[in-house]
Amino acid sequence: MTVPFSPVLPGSANPGAPAPATPRNLPQKGGEPNPTAALIAQTFPALFVRSEVIWGDTNVYVHPHGVSEVVRWLHDDPSQQYDYLSDVTAVEFRDAEQPLEVVWHLRSLPHRRFIRLKASLDKRAPLVVDSVWPIYKGADWLERECYDMFGITFTGHPDLRRILMWESYREGYPLRKDFPLRGRFSRAEQLRQALSITTEGRYSMEELSVAQAFEDLPEDMRRRLAGGERTGE
Amino acid sequence: MATTTRTVEVALGTAGVDAEGRAVRTPMTVTENGQVTTLEPPAMGTAPELEGEHMLINIGPQHPATHGVLRLVLELDGETVVRCIPHIGYLHCGFEKIGEYRQYNQVIPWTDREDYLNSIGNNVAFSIGAERLFGVEVPPRCTVLRVIAAELSRIISHLVWLGTTCIDLGAFTPFLWSFQERENVYNLFESWIGARLTTTATRVGGMAADIPEGWTDQLRHFIRSFPKTVDECDRMLTKNGIWVGRTTALGVMSADEAINYGLSGPMLRASGVAYDVRKDFPYLDYETYDFDVPVGSNGDVYDRYLVRVEELRQSTRILQQALDRLPDGPVNTDDHRVILPPKNRAMSDMESMIHHFKQVMEGPRPPIGEVYVPVESPKGEKGYYFVSDGTAKPVRWRIRPPSYVNLSAISKMVEGHLLSDVIAINASIDIVMGEIDR
Repeated sequence: MTVPFSPVLPGSANPGAPAPATPRNLPQKGGEPNPTAALIAQTFPALFVRSEVIWGDTNVYVHPHGVSEVVRWLHDDPSQQYDYLSDVTAVEFRDAEQPLEVVWHLRSLPHRRFIRLKASLDKRAPLVVDSVWPIYKGADWLERECYDMFGITFTGHPDLRRILMWESYREGYPLRKDFPLRGRFSRAEQLRQALSITTEGRYSMEELSVAQAFEDLPEDMRRRLAGGERTGE
Repeated sequence: MATTTRTVEVALGTAGVDAEGRAVRTPMTVTENGQVTTLEPPAMGTAPELEGEHMLINIGPQHPATHGVLRLVLELDGETVVRCIPHIGYLHCGFEKIGEYRQYNQVIPWTDREDYLNSIGNNVAFSIGAERLFGVEVPPRCTVLRVIAAELSRIISHLVWLGTTCIDLGAFTPFLWSFQERENVYNLFESWIGARLTTTATRVGGMAADIPEGWTDQLRHFIRSFPKTVDECDRMLTKNGIWVGRTTALGVMSADEAINYGLSGPMLRASGVAYDVRKDFPYLDYETYDFDVPVGSNGDVYDRYLVRVEELRQSTRILQQALDRLPDGPVNTDDHRVILPPKNRAMSDMESMIHHFKQVMEGPRPPIGEVYVPVESPKGEKGYYFVSDGTAKPVRWRIRPPSYVNLSAISKMVEGHLLSDVIAINASIDIVMGEIDR
């Protein structure tokens, strides 16, 4: 089987660039910024907030309502090609006055660049930000985890449910700073909740197409399904 | 004469792939007296003769082939998977939350327990990230020792992957071979650090211990003997008709899809993307080592196997080079901000004792800032993201888990395949639930 095959090579967009090397003696602040930061400021003057270089990485703060527009441009523009989403996460600071930050770690494989995009969310308002799922399919679970742990709603996400905690979890969002390390509920209440979970009911009927035929099923099977049992037994 | 026959489905996948990109399976009929007849493969593309209701099947969370507490709810049409809904979170321990209540060095034991097949590699990754946050450089001996640790850890992880995947697909012998070699690496770790699985080998600014006398000779012995095992597994599997048939054209991800889904590590490279953090965003002076990045072309389970086996050989090459260049000197930095004073001075000198007390009780404080340092873990791009507000405990300690992102593509990969192939595809992702649920 001889099929012509050419692998996707990172760094292929600028072949003359020097080979990457282990960073040494990085300054805490300052240094050479990622050229993308200036271009974001130029292209989206209304959405750009500020940028800084910290320990060699460039942070770009954008307005939360413009995230998907900026990310779409970063992904699609031939001079940028940020085709790889490393991570979506959020940071809440110990100082209650500071806003909550949503962080996107984006990487351009062809240009071998890395940029950290940030959006500050006011904690007094509902925590809502655009989903980047339409651009990067890999954002699916990362955004669900962010929702699960911080309670941030990603508009445009197709299936925003809890992922690590169970769906009937009622204690709130574990990685928020007002969430105590041991949880909100007493041990007795946590135990009571855990014992009352229908372990087989962790998928909803609606997400399975068998639910469309629910009315046609025999009565006993309907009863068992409604009680959270699985089919096929 | 009426003979009772039973149809046995046998994959003879070396013949090629069909129009839908799946391995051609040839059904065989075995009669009572053992005669085997090969039937024509069924015509593809026609509607199935029987229509029936879809069936739900639940794999896991307690199932040996899910490699941990992963639960897959599969909706089947006959034997074909129509939909796959993964459920995770059974092992969620809140590592990131706990990390916010610990000093930096106290977080290192938690990194052992998240991807527990790569514990020492996680220790190294954590320390590199924390040192960048502190602005500390480590001596050259420490850097080379960390390379040795990370590559040994990659070998362990890939060996476990190889062994367990062989078990999943019905081959028992390579499992025994690979786990025997894994024991050798664990013995090396034990004589170096004292622990086998949960190593906690690094500290911010150095290592917990220097290697003992004669350790390099043991490692050289391992480097000489280990490639033979890899060659044996290679000979056993790579051209084995059953192995090829059960792995080719399964769970195919094209290069563009793999990038878009955020896959990393062998999963991404099997799809033909030559992205390796060690080459593209180097750390630990990886740019000075001579090694190749294996890249697959089809992006299926078989290519992922080939990539991982080749990475075993490349890791051995890196180990050899690291041993040859291992310099003498201290393993810990002399930066007083992160390192304890020598014990004899702490016991005799008042200032050193105060320094020791402050380091232990209050902990080293990094400046305000944030770093994201990715490393190439055996599973893919693992990154630790630290945010510091100037206190001794991180505001946020985030693990970018490679197998979490890789697993999120499982629905895309298994849909349209047979139930038995779900096991092969799931195995090819190389998941560790400790890392996924954290």
